[in-house]
Amino acid sequence: MADNAVLERPAVAGPRTRGRETRPRSARYIRRAVAVVYVVGLVILPVWIVLWRTIRQGGSAFWNAISAQSAVHAYQVTAIVAGSAVVINTVFGIGVAILLARYRFPGRRLLDVLVDVPISISPIVVGLALVLAYGTTTGRFGTDLAKAGIHVIFSAPGMVLATSFVSLPLVLREVLPVLEEEGIDQDQAARSLGANAWQRLIRVTLPTIRWALAYGVVLSIARSLGEFGALRVVSGDITGQTQTITLVVDERAEQFEPGAYQLSLILIAVSVLCMVVISFVRPGGQR
Amino acid sequence: MTLAQTPPVAAAARGHHDTGERVRLTPTAGVSLGVAVIWLSVLVLLPLAAVVARGTGHGWNEFWHVVSSRGALDAIRLTVISSLIVAVVNAAMGTLIAWVLVRDRFFGRRLLEIAIDIPFALPTIVAGLVMLTLYGKGGPLGLDLYATRPGVVLALLFVTLPFVVRTVQPVLMALDRDVEEAAASLGAGPLVVFRRVVLPSITPAIASGAALAFGRAMGEYGSVILIAGGLPRTTVASQYVYGQIQDGYLADAASVSTVLLVISIVVLSSLGIFHRRQVRRG
Repeated sequence: MADNAVLERPAVAGPRTRGRETRPRSARYIRRAVAVVYVVGLVILPVWIVLWRTIRQGGSAFWNAISAQSAVHAYQVTAIVAGSAVVINTVFGIGVAILLARYRFPGRRLLDVLVDVPISISPIVVGLALVLAYGTTTGRFGTDLAKAGIHVIFSAPGMVLATSFVSLPLVLREVLPVLEEEGIDQDQAARSLGANAWQRLIRVTLPTIRWALAYGVVLSIARSLGEFGALRVVSGDITGQTQTITLVVDERAEQFEPGAYQLSLILIAVSVLCMVVISFVRPGGQR
Repeated sequence: MTLAQTPPVAAAARGHHDTGERVRLTPTAGVSLGVAVIWLSVLVLLPLAAVVARGTGHGWNEFWHVVSSRGALDAIRLTVISSLIVAVVNAAMGTLIAWVLVRDRFFGRRLLEIAIDIPFALPTIVAGLVMLTLYGKGGPLGLDLYATRPGVVLALLFVTLPFVVRTVQPVLMALDRDVEEAAASLGAGPLVVFRRVVLPSITPAIASGAALAFGRAMGEYGSVILIAGGLPRTTVASQYVYGQIQDGYLADAASVSTVLLVISIVVLSSLGIFHRRQVRRG
């Protein structure tokens, strides 16, 4: 592969050098063309086609698809499940980040490694894991929980667990580097002045991490709204009861029912919104 | 920059510094630690242990029998081969795209930059629908990759596109151009400069990006199922596990899941190695 530096080099007269200079330039155009064609073919064109098909089906089809009862119910389920998971992961993320950044304790390195495990596991395996642990008839602990009247699988608690699982380290991993860079001096100073843990969290820690926290929360929201595989397993995918937006999209697409594109468009719009928010949060805040 | 960048890479790219100062646990911190460990156990560790226990609970022979059965073996083989193809294509195309984004200036470069993040931002099922619409039956290109293996690979390429680009890009940006110019002024051709000067510095980043892509492809479900259809020929591992769960064969599902878990852990630990190497290079 060639490089601009070669082009910028002061040209020495002579046919040999000239021949060398033209080759890098054409190589640059070829590289550019290959990169553009690949990304256009793989991402831009497919997304454009979906947008175009949705638009072509018209406004009333759009309205019918997004206001159908199954869709409206799915919005509520998604809001509850994703909302709970984001809150849980935010609390967990801030708490564990503070522990990892400021305290020494046996197993600190191990904890640091373990929190990353969930993100690399197949969503279907996540779902199966929760079913095997908490399923009413199938789970190791689920049978006892069922006796106590708590049903985890095929209902909301299991769906919150699944969504928390797949997005567990997202807040933590954004907050931790900021806390590690900041050090412990401010926190220690506040403590020596008599501030309790809660006061230090509100007055010292949160202002320090606010941009990283915002970024992590938006990442978690995007990931939680989009979760599909793990939810499909633990929710039982019961129409009109435990379906989130992604599960309705799948049902409509697989059954060739209308409205999959329109609901997808809603999800695409939310994703784009998240990307826009992130691009605003990112450069101004952290560096 | 990137939506849902995987942690070790994000940390490496940002080059953060750990001050290393830490104090002993206070009572409040101790209680928090207890709660965090309990939550991690309830949410992650116990369920995963339940998968391994159920998957290997009937002994090695039974485990092997399940994993080497026709359907399971075909699914695992298809997944591993597709993921390897995806890793290799990403290593090449991701590096090329990162290079173009960093070193080239042209109309539409910003759009290209944004498009790279789209696959991470989209829910997987939407990604699957998107791929099916263009590359499935009746698509505008006249290609019909529905229920074919190339279709599966294409869907995996879509969701893994950002990994290598986003790991290589920051390293390429931080690269000292003087060294390349010095090499060129000493008579090294562009290919030699790339191979001897640039490539050694970005290899760890390419490797960790490709490993991330491989790991993601191994476990991918949502984006694949629509274009893969339901045929045995194009069933990937996670799809096979889902089928087993639906049919009530939880032990069989757990056995195949155990294989996937082991692969995830191997990929995760290899990432740690790449990461350390990258840090050591500064």
